[in-house]
Amino acid sequence: MKRSPLLRLLALAAPFAGWMALAALLGVLTIGSSVALMATSAWIIARAALHPPIGTLSVAVVGVRFFGITRGVLRYLERLVSHQTTFRLLARLRVWSYQRLEPLAPARLGGQHSGDLLARLVADIDTLENIYLRAIAPPAVALLVTAAMTAFLATYDWRLGVALATGLLTAGFVIPLTLRGLSARAGRKSVMVRGELTARAVDTVQGLADLLASNAAERHLAALHRLQQSFSQQQRRMAALSALQTALTSLVAGLTTLAILILAIPLVRAGRLDGVLLAVLVLAALASFEAVQPLPAAFQHLSRSLTAARRLFELADAPPAVRDPATPLPLPGDLSTGEVLRVENLRFRYTLADPPALDGVSFNVPAGSIVALVGPSGAGKSTLVALLLRFWDYQEGSIHLAGHDLRAYAQDDVRHMISVVNQQTYLFAGTILDNLRLALPALTEEEAQAALAAAELDSFVAALPDGLHTWIGEGGLRLSGGERQRLAIARAVLKDAPLLLLDEPTANLDPLTERAILRTLFTALPGRTTLLITHRLVELERAHTILVLQGGRIVERGPHADLLAARGLYWRLWAAQQTELALAQSSQNADGMSTAL
Amino acid sequence: MNLDRRLWHQVARARGLLLAAISAGLLAGLLLIAQAYLLSQAISRVFLGSATLDDLAPLLGMFAAVAIGRSLALGGAELAGHHLADRVKMALREQLLAHLVALGPAYVRDERSGELAHTATEGIEALHAYVSEYLPQLALAVLLPLIMLTVVFPLDPLSGIVLLLTAPMIPLLMILIGKAANWQSRRQWTQLSRMSAHLLDVLQGLPTLKIFGRSREQAATIAAVSEQFREATMSVLRVAFLSAFVLEMLATISTAIIAVEIGLRLLYGRLDFDRALFILILAPEYYLPLRQLGARFHAGVSGVTAAARIFAVLETRPADCAPSPAITPPPIPTPPFELHFADVHYAYDGGDRPALNGLTLHLPAGQTVALVGPSGAGKSTVAHLLLRFLAPTAGRITVNGRDLCDLPADDWRAQIAWVPQLPYLFDGTVADNIRLGRPDASLEAVVHAAQQAGADGFIRALPDGYDTRIGERGARLSGGQAQRLALARAFLRDVPLVILDEATANLDPETEASILAAMETLRRGRTALVIAHRLHTIRDADQVAVLMDGRVVQYGPPAALSAQPGPYRRLLRAVEGNQ
Repeated sequence: MKRSPLLRLLALAAPFAGWMALAALLGVLTIGSSVALMATSAWIIARAALHPPIGTLSVAVVGVRFFGITRGVLRYLERLVSHQTTFRLLARLRVWSYQRLEPLAPARLGGQHSGDLLARLVADIDTLENIYLRAIAPPAVALLVTAAMTAFLATYDWRLGVALATGLLTAGFVIPLTLRGLSARAGRKSVMVRGELTARAVDTVQGLADLLASNAAERHLAALHRLQQSFSQQQRRMAALSALQTALTSLVAGLTTLAILILAIPLVRAGRLDGVLLAVLVLAALASFEAVQPLPAAFQHLSRSLTAARRLFELADAPPAVRDPATPLPLPGDLSTGEVLRVENLRFRYTLADPPALDGVSFNVPAGSIVALVGPSGAGKSTLVALLLRFWDYQEGSIHLAGHDLRAYAQDDVRHMISVVNQQTYLFAGTILDNLRLALPALTEEEAQAALAAAELDSFVAALPDGLHTWIGEGGLRLSGGERQRLAIARAVLKDAPLLLLDEPTANLDPLTERAILRTLFTALPGRTTLLITHRLVELERAHTILVLQGGRIVERGPHADLLAARGLYWRLWAAQQTELALAQSSQNADGMSTAL
Repeated sequence: MNLDRRLWHQVARARGLLLAAISAGLLAGLLLIAQAYLLSQAISRVFLGSATLDDLAPLLGMFAAVAIGRSLALGGAELAGHHLADRVKMALREQLLAHLVALGPAYVRDERSGELAHTATEGIEALHAYVSEYLPQLALAVLLPLIMLTVVFPLDPLSGIVLLLTAPMIPLLMILIGKAANWQSRRQWTQLSRMSAHLLDVLQGLPTLKIFGRSREQAATIAAVSEQFREATMSVLRVAFLSAFVLEMLATISTAIIAVEIGLRLLYGRLDFDRALFILILAPEYYLPLRQLGARFHAGVSGVTAAARIFAVLETRPADCAPSPAITPPPIPTPPFELHFADVHYAYDGGDRPALNGLTLHLPAGQTVALVGPSGAGKSTVAHLLLRFLAPTAGRITVNGRDLCDLPADDWRAQIAWVPQLPYLFDGTVADNIRLGRPDASLEAVVHAAQQAGADGFIRALPDGYDTRIGERGARLSGGQAQRLALARAFLRDVPLVILDEATANLDPETEASILAAMETLRRGRTALVIAHRLHTIRDADQVAVLMDGRVVQYGPPAALSAQPGPYRRLLRAVEGNQ
């Protein structure tokens, strides 16, 4: 049986149990101070009403002043300790999540469409940040205060204790939990309608041009109006329940006070309770209701946290798509001769329900050769890249790298043998040097400069005010597509792996930049065994063999000139692209514009 | 005090509910005072008198009634607050969406669309707590302490003075704390989002990290960044919590002072016990509304921030062209349409980014004009001007001699079928998406249009055929399929003017051939503007217009153009030379 998300969260929090206990204790003492302040104050005025000598009050006067101060101090300490705990827990959660998610990437993390999934995941982890502070601590404190106050009142008469405990538990637990049960359906419906409303609003904004052109905007707004009304109806239902909760909680506090009075008055009359204590007990009981006030919000937060935790655990529990063999082969030695890569009868589908993405692909890449794999979108090119990098495991056929099946190596070793320049060079938030050190951690600035020179990016970097130390990536300098790709080339130069895998390296570039980048690639990494995967049919004269992939199969193969002469799919794709290329270049010829880089 | 004038104006439209929320809150406050009074009376009569439970029955009955009344008032106040927020949110969301539609696609550009959609959904929701809790509490935080002061003063001026003197310190401290809290929450938020951004950065870059064999060591980096965050935030919080500490302290110490002060005067017989107890019970309640306001400060800040974003959109003027004054909109001219651009200028970003610089272009009735030119030459701008998404900054566009600006935009668009390169598919079924421009079309008509667009085949292969849901939560269609749906939309609309944007070459040749064929059928007999990327389309057009830097540099039938020197011939040569 799967363990509940709450238990798993608590297990993750276990190392901080001591801190959490301390924070809870401080929380109890904080409320204890208010209770004691009211109780002592009540005692002073009740005693004073009997006009005793002043000395009898002096201890209590000191007590009142003491509790007046301790409440603030304790609250302050409690906040410090609980926030420390929260942040420690958050750090642990983040590291734990990362360690669980790392083996899953990218296959189990949504592949190319991972953006939304990952953003939600990080948001979920942030939601869990407050689980201790806002969901676990308040009920713990409330229970401890209830126990202490019940014991205190029960020392005078057990029925007083029972009355107060009933009141506190009803206000703090019974009412919020019952109403949560009642509102669960309305809540789910409300979340659903809100989702629809959001989807519609996004549709309106993002599809506005299409809506206006089709005269459909008014109709769309009318549909939105109806959704709004239904959302508002749900919200009103939720609001009614929430108002009911507020009313009931206040009523329970009032009735508990009344019950204590009704129980205590006969005790005073019977002489079993000192009259002075009547005010003390009533005011102390009233003050203790502070402990249950945050509970409705806490339960709400708890259920939100559990939803987040469930999503996180569900993802983290997924089995990795690829596992290392028990005893991986060592890295092969020299790869400068012979056959670097051989693919035989490769078949792969992402799930059983999907059509095959690769349907019997065979080819080989001899050392020192350049092989190009081309084809329209959806032909299976990205799939092949993912298999080569061991992001997925194939189902049929084989891939041999340096003479051995890819699956016999450790994943890291496979990737160690391949340099990659892909379509969207990922730049991490950090300096240019940081991003280069990814390829070579011990990189010196001189070596970095040399690699940038090979990638023809040296003069660009030299012109930046901070040079190599310029901050790039999220929140930093925005690099153009060409600059990013040159940085990727510099990384590939630094990594210096025997096989160069170029995965759509120029997909998002304009034609002039595209040619410039390809030229740099081949000059910076001369004679490298290269597999170029692309839908852009540019500079393919360099390739020794071109493989044309369509619908998961290789439909044509041969050098550029032969394929053009054959007038098949390759030629058709090429001809279409030439028109675009000519269109783009015609302007550049006309006004001498150059956008290289 | 975190009030936004424009938002206030919206709230004022539902002022009845706001008044209801405030008066119910006030009523609850008055009943609280009554409760305190009854409680002090009951205790006093038992303690100093000799009242029995039976003697006190009427008093305790009243206490119960007041408690019930108070809980009703509290619930009512909350309910009124929620309804108020609901009303305001609904009105604002409708205004915002209608305004976005009026602003049109020129304003709702891609890079901004995510943020705008967020404003229309989450941004509006962020107002809920502000309107339902913060606004009423703002009034109560002033009124309730005043009421309590007027009750306490006649009973015991000295306690009244203590309360009066401490009261102004609370708002004063609140402002200070508010500033600190604001700064603190902003700073902490920045820190937290930076830390989250780091985790997201690492997760998104995982494939890259794996390629370089550096993914496992990132756990240590994440731990280090989290630790830094903890230390940085704690050093901020240590100070920030101090201000809350002072506020808390003020409330408890004042209560302590009052307790000692009334206790001593009781001792010397200068005050009655029941009054003293009454004041003691009221003392902590006196500070409560202000402390609650402090607790809602965050709702105040985020509400005002959200409101600012919403009103920034609402206060943007739509950029549609001004029709000639004092004429009733003329009827749409009778097709076929002949269109003429005369010296049209257009610049984006309020004139900073010129796109068209004196474009003159003729679209003869019933003919196809192919628009060619490099990206950035202004091809899409021409299409958007025709669709009235944009209005020329200078120059005129005429339809059969009539100024396009004088025609009602909706009526004009009803004459156009537009097939963009990346059509937007809406959350809904395939059939609904084809019906977009003709919601009343029969299924037969939809199927016929899909057949003409070459879409019928793949639609039938979808799990539920024409009833398959697509969009965000349904099947994902490929780019070629999406464009064929847009073509089906255009066929179904059956209108005299078509604007086509050919896809760039990344499609399967069969898909592409079917799209080109469908586009040809659609153009036939209609006035058509094609943003062309295919040699075949260009050669097949009645007229070719070569666009460069926002101007038409060559115009004429393709055969004639290819016979004269110029960009078009260079283009043809480049293409043919390559082939």
